[in-house]
Amino acid sequence: MDQEKQPFNPLLALLAALAALFFVFPLIGLITGAPWGHMTSVITSKTSLDALGLSIVASLASTVIALALGFPLAWLLARGRFRGKGLVRGLTTLPMVLPPVVGGIALLLAYGRRGFIGQPLDKATGISLPFTLAGVIVAESFVAMPFFVITAESGLRSMNRRLEDAARSLGAKRWTVFRRVTLPLIWPSLVAGTVLTWARALGEFGATITFAGNLPGVTQTMPLAIYISQSSGQLDQAIALSLVLVVVSLVVMIFRRRAAGGG
Amino acid sequence: MLEADIQLQLSRLNLEMAFTVASGEVLALLGPNGSGKSTTLRALMGLLPLTRGRIVLDGTVLEDPAQRVKLPPEERPIGLMFQDYLLFPHLSAVENVAFGLRAKGTAKKAARDQALQAMARLGLDGLAEAKPGSMSGGQQQRVAMARALVTDPKLLLLDEPLAALDVSIKTDVRRLLREVLRRSSAANVLVTHDLLDAVALGDRMVVIENGAIVQTGTPAEVTARPRSRYVADLVGVNLLRGTAHGAVLEVDGGGQLTCAESATGPILALIAPAAVPVSRERPDGDGQNTWPGQISAVDLMGDRVRVRIDGTPAITAEVPPAAVDELKLDDGGQLWASVSPAAITVYPP
Repeated sequence: MDQEKQPFNPLLALLAALAALFFVFPLIGLITGAPWGHMTSVITSKTSLDALGLSIVASLASTVIALALGFPLAWLLARGRFRGKGLVRGLTTLPMVLPPVVGGIALLLAYGRRGFIGQPLDKATGISLPFTLAGVIVAESFVAMPFFVITAESGLRSMNRRLEDAARSLGAKRWTVFRRVTLPLIWPSLVAGTVLTWARALGEFGATITFAGNLPGVTQTMPLAIYISQSSGQLDQAIALSLVLVVVSLVVMIFRRRAAGGG
Repeated sequence: MLEADIQLQLSRLNLEMAFTVASGEVLALLGPNGSGKSTTLRALMGLLPLTRGRIVLDGTVLEDPAQRVKLPPEERPIGLMFQDYLLFPHLSAVENVAFGLRAKGTAKKAARDQALQAMARLGLDGLAEAKPGSMSGGQQQRVAMARALVTDPKLLLLDEPLAALDVSIKTDVRRLLREVLRRSSAANVLVTHDLLDAVALGDRMVVIENGAIVQTGTPAEVTARPRSRYVADLVGVNLLRGTAHGAVLEVDGGGQLTCAESATGPILALIAPAAVPVSRERPDGDGQNTWPGQISAVDLMGDRVRVRIDGTPAITAEVPPAAVDELKLDDGGQLWASVSPAAITVYPP
């Protein structure tokens, strides 16, 4: 059915244009302000390459963790019947609205060297999370996983579960039902959730710097390197690194559209 | 052969019914919304556990809570066609039809070939690669039929197979379905709230209300002598419940009628609306089987008009359209109804 054509509304158009420009202008600022003359040398400096490598490794690792742990959680939140489900959902999605610095402090108190889990862990195994790459991954997972959980949960909720009944009535065992019916139907949600999670992890700053610190080559991810460059007066480096992150994000957005569209 | 004794409690429904369906037979399960029709199918399929009872198909016990036997849905040799088809939206038509074969271990190529053959038998050539979303309702219905039939189930369950279709194609699809069912060697259970579907497709009918069977019989028997108000309304006849004292029928809820036949005890009385003359004034005569009441509804049914008269007892009369004007039925008010004793058919409940 064709939708009725929206009549032209000047006020609506003006406000929409303002909104679009609001997002475009900063991008233009980044592009025009970039040190195009010595871009390559800035980007290929050791600090930059270390930060980029750390960012990619940590964000991918925390995305994998978010998928592996977040999907079972989303499944139970969508389909399980247990007491205190609302509370569990609230607590696990709290990091989405919590200021990341607060998350970092909370992580320190739990998994830090003196944390009530970190201390016994340190004593028993010698593993200590703060100021390590593992710490970066923990901080990023803490902040980013909720995005995967709620997107996957809403995908599971909105799919027609009677299609699973139909599959079972046709002789499909549970695993086949999951693989051939459930998974394809929630695939777009999973892709969207993965990308959101990864993007959030890539941009993570507050929790990371609080919990894992800012050690170049160890825990200094791109956002940290950008912030440090900018605050230490190396604006060229900050802009160049920012542009790299913009490009990486754009590539992923395009990839996501293809993946979700292709089913 | 299906032998079903289904007992289960849901929050809003207490289902208790037992019936059998021979192989090759079509049992039409007729009942109003919420009577437990779809619940019965879900229980047969294994999607709802029985509280008590037993389901046996061709000698194999599918479920028996007393023996702690309950085959999961995927292990029951049952085909189920859902009211809203439930085709997999992400799979093409042929993949939908082949799904059951693949799930049961048929190789990909063989499953596809069989699925294509099943589709061809139902006139679905050329639609193999179409996605359900791009097909018409009638095409989706036939794909769903092919999908349910292709695995050669021993029990075929059809949940309101024609309910979601346009009136314009219903007749054609009903004819196709009748052919399919006639060829079927499975036990077939068809759930419907449409009397026409039940009569056209069913070899036998089971009428259910509030989770219990109220009548069983061939379509001809059930429609000729309905035992429930629900079926009487579908057939369009007056059904009165009462107690016979010889030729006098004491109607439950008030009123007396004289019948041509004598009987004793609880009785059902059937009166065709066309056999109920009406008048504005009290008719002449002995006053036997003549009583007044207020007009409560006037409905056009084809080329006849039905008048509901709230007297003691309440009754529906059928009059020609011209009578609406002559008797000023639209004005409401009081109307007299008459029934000749010979027009009352009585039978035990």
